[in-house]
Amino acid sequence: MKIAVKVNGRLYESDVEPRTLLAYYLRETLNLTGTHIGCDTTSCGACTVLLDGEAVKSCTVLAVQANGREVMTVEGLEQNGQLHPVQKAFWEAHALQCGYCTPGMLMASYALLQDNPAPTEAEIREALSGNICRCTGYVNIVKAVQLAARELSGEGQEALQEVEAHGASSN
Amino acid sequence: MFPNAFRYEAPATLDEAIRLIAEHAYDAKVLAGGQSLLPMMKLRIAAPAVLIDLGGIGELKGWRETEEGLRIGALARHADLERAAALYGRYPLLSRTARWIADPLVRNRGTIGGSLAHADPASDWGTAMIALHAEVEAAGPEGSRRIPIDDFFVDTFVTSLEEGELVVAVHVPAPSGPVAARYMKLERKAGDFAIAGLAVHIVTDGDGRVAEAGIGICACGPVPLRAAKAEAALVGRPLTNDTIAEASRLVPEDADPADDLRGSSDYKRDLLRVFALRALREIAEELEGRASIA
Ligand SMILES: Cc1cc2nc3c(=O)[nH]c(=O)nc-3n(C[C@H](O)[C@H](O)[C@H](O)COP(=O)(O)OP(=O)(O)OC[C@H]3O[C@@H](n4cnc5c(N)ncnc54)[C@H](O)[C@@H]3O)c2cc1C
Ligand code: FES
Ligand code: FES
Repeated sequence: MKIAVKVNGRLYESDVEPRTLLAYYLRETLNLTGTHIGCDTTSCGACTVLLDGEAVKSCTVLAVQANGREVMTVEGLEQNGQLHPVQKAFWEAHALQCGYCTPGMLMASYALLQDNPAPTEAEIREALSGNICRCTGYVNIVKAVQLAARELSGEGQEALQEVEAHGASSN
Repeated sequence: MFPNAFRYEAPATLDEAIRLIAEHAYDAKVLAGGQSLLPMMKLRIAAPAVLIDLGGIGELKGWRETEEGLRIGALARHADLERAAALYGRYPLLSRTARWIADPLVRNRGTIGGSLAHADPASDWGTAMIALHAEVEAAGPEGSRRIPIDDFFVDTFVTSLEEGELVVAVHVPAPSGPVAARYMKLERKAGDFAIAGLAVHIVTDGDGRVAEAGIGICACGPVPLRAAKAEAALVGRPLTNDTIAEASRLVPEDADPADDLRGSSDYKRDLLRVFALRALREIAEELEGRASIA
């Protein structure tokens, strides 16, 4: 089936089998391998992307369901070689060990900060409750989101809008 | 893992969806939010030959107030109901329940119609709809009909929908007076199905007496259950320490929990009692001035 999906600001037209899951479409057809797959049960959140601006688990959306819609993946965060403030904050707060869960954590955090620029710790924990980290624990991840929120509240807000307006241009 | 191969249909109207379901009968499954069906297809527990995606049918989305209450479209997502500030006052159980379902990412996709049709005994929506005395509106080739929620759940994963019928909406009656509600749930980990849960919906009259009581029990039987004895013990009486304690003792009498790795049946019964006590106390305090807690 023919689908047209805008991913990180760029329009892709592809012919996919209806059973193709969005996560596999992104990874295997578009080579956007930042989106990870960690489970079969919609539990881990490693595959989190934004679909029309909302965080969803892309292993549990069919690629055909994204037809005519916009997707943002972890590759869409970095702009012209500059890490997004959420990515920088994860680096600075040492919010990862193996990094497998990190793309999903980044996308869920990004979605949270769009809706709620100054979340409480409880709100951060709730927003990330669909994302499982098997190695680093959640303390530094929560700290990173708090740090990103502070960064974004000042001039960082402009950078966020920039990403929203233009998406990634690297491909 | 990948789902099985299937033919994908995306009808734009309800009529077209009903025609497609009739045409493909047992070979077909409908897709709403996909948050239960797609995981089952990935694990090959479900392998439909035709998948009918309801996602493009505008008439199944959103909600509106009617003369009798609220009509919630089958495709209203958990997150929509969680954030529907306009409904917090008159239908407080909706957002209070929605925030307990799965995690925010799943709530951005999953729908109330899909949750009811899936008929999991731990369905939080099923439990809340029992408390709200809701009716399910179903539509099929023969037209549409209303199914009272107590007749909707037949067994685990089995509803009284006829072959070819769809859930198109849920109807929630309007409260006749001041209303307060609580959803209480114990989970093993964040975003999990309930070990046991309880939905409590109370409407009072001008004198502070309970005019309507709705209590749904989650994950303690083959389907979401009604605590009918506790409801009957509350109606017509004020919320006092005594009536609350009596109703709370009665709630587990209508439950039928199983012993399993999540807890013994005695433990789950006691949880229900404690939840009822807490929920009713909080509700009484919230309605204070209209209800007396003495
Ligand atoms: C990790 C995880 C945790 C979860 N935790 C909870 C929880 O705590 N509490 C809870 O209640 N649920 C939980 N769920 C289930 C979730 O709420 C689902 O969204 C819901 O049960 C199914 O709704 P859906 O719209 O995604 O339906 P789908 O998955 O699309 O469909 C489910 C079933 O219903 C049928 N169906 C769908 N819509 C209709 C319709 N309109 N008419 C007739 N049949 C229809 C489908 O054919 C299918 O058989 C969880 C799910 C996941 C993945
Ligand atoms: S891979 Fe999508 S939730 Fe685990
Ligand atoms: S850093 Fe390894 S799973 Fe989270």
